[in-house]
Amino acid sequence: MPDAFLAGRPSYVDFFRYLAERGEYSADLEAELSRTIEDTRREMRFERTRPDGRVIEVRRNPVPGGGFVLIYSDITERKRAEEAIRGARDAAETALRDLQTAQASLLHAQKMAALGQLTAGIAHEIKNPLNFVNNFAGLSVELLGELRAAAAPAISALDDDRRAEIDETIEMLTGNLAKITEHGRRADGIVKSMLAHSRGTSGDRQLADINALVDESLNLAYHGARAQDQNFNITLERDFDATIAPIELVPQDITRVFLNLFGNGFYAANKRRQKMADAPFKPTLRVTTRERGGAIEIAVRDNGVGIAPEHREKLFQPFFTTKPTGEGTGLGLSISYDIVTQEHSGTIAVDSRVGEYTEFTIRLPRAGTGARKDR
Amino acid sequence: MSVSILVIDDESDVAELFRQRFRRETRQGTYVLHFALSAEEGLDKLAGGIRPQLIVILSDINMPGMDGLALLREIKRTRPDLPVMMVTAYGDDERRRRASEYGAASFITKPVDFDVLKAQLRQLSASPA
Repeated sequence: MPDAFLAGRPSYVDFFRYLAERGEYSADLEAELSRTIEDTRREMRFERTRPDGRVIEVRRNPVPGGGFVLIYSDITERKRAEEAIRGARDAAETALRDLQTAQASLLHAQKMAALGQLTAGIAHEIKNPLNFVNNFAGLSVELLGELRAAAAPAISALDDDRRAEIDETIEMLTGNLAKITEHGRRADGIVKSMLAHSRGTSGDRQLADINALVDESLNLAYHGARAQDQNFNITLERDFDATIAPIELVPQDITRVFLNLFGNGFYAANKRRQKMADAPFKPTLRVTTRERGGAIEIAVRDNGVGIAPEHREKLFQPFFTTKPTGEGTGLGLSISYDIVTQEHSGTIAVDSRVGEYTEFTIRLPRAGTGARKDR
Repeated sequence: MSVSILVIDDESDVAELFRQRFRRETRQGTYVLHFALSAEEGLDKLAGGIRPQLIVILSDINMPGMDGLALLREIKRTRPDLPVMMVTAYGDDERRRRASEYGAASFITKPVDFDVLKAQLRQLSASPA
């Protein structure tokens, strides 16, 4: 403050105006002034930003016996440092959130991989005893046939009642063994699916045309479903991106993923048709392929019954199924998950609305561009 | 003339299964079956001499103690001309590769297809080692 001004012993109001002219205060000068001089015994502290951008802290300390001291400090640097700290903290918090999200998805992937290994491990353990069951059941059918042939003369010599009794017993035994064989074969099929979890990355990678692969799988799934159920029908829509260049993948495994997804879509769409009985409804499955630069995307959308929100979390877990016993093993999606995420470093996402649609979206990075999950 | 087959598997029911599956052949005197519950026991039997002439060894891979692949190497060292077939529930590429590297005559995955196995044995007994 210039000495000349101070030498004139200015009143506080003059002093205030001088500062205001210098641009210390905001627009409403009078209001601020009256507030400031209202109670000079009170300690005050405020900050203001001058037009030149410097930040000034003004502290008013009352002194004993009346009056006060005003202390002006330039705190521009402190403010800037505080701002920088705040920015750094925000960045750190964002990074932490990202890290937590990544950790959650990593944990999920690890959990799924562990479940897959466990599944394959259990399958190995079950396979051996199951082989014995199937083998001895098959053998017993043969042995029973031999017994019947060897005992035929003796049996024919018996009276009618006794012969009927023995014939019935042998028939029931044969029937039971046939059932053991049948269910053993069913269990063997499940064990084989479970073992698919352990194959890891043994498949051969080759350059493949994804549209051709999708098309081939669609035909396979469609005719498979028709063969199982004469009444089955569905409209297939293909929305293929013709610009997609060949991509390196394990064709038989990706085909397996497609067959699972298409089969599920067929099932859901037809379940909705059955529910709607008479109402006009056209079961439809649409497959879309897109080039996404460094990755390709395949979306499989059906207009079926949809997936209940409470089922969505368990969708990729081994043995989770909503199908009736005997119709689904609950392994299709868990194996698909393994194939897409572990073997191909891709992602698989699901979007669904109950009673309207379900859409699975698979994203496969091109080799060398995707972040590898394995270390 | 009868020939012998030695089956090595730590699961004793495997012996029962082979006995029943080969009941006609043993009754007719085509084959004489011998069993061992470990690789060590198998080597002992081999050292003791097996009669009639042994034409093949069928061995499991996963066994406590010496495993089937180690047994295979040992047999190939002492009896290089004796065919050894590996039988396992684990049909992975790595085991398959090592079995063939060590000189296994064939690699059979469980459950054993006995029709295929018998066809292979007929070929062996037609040209005994």
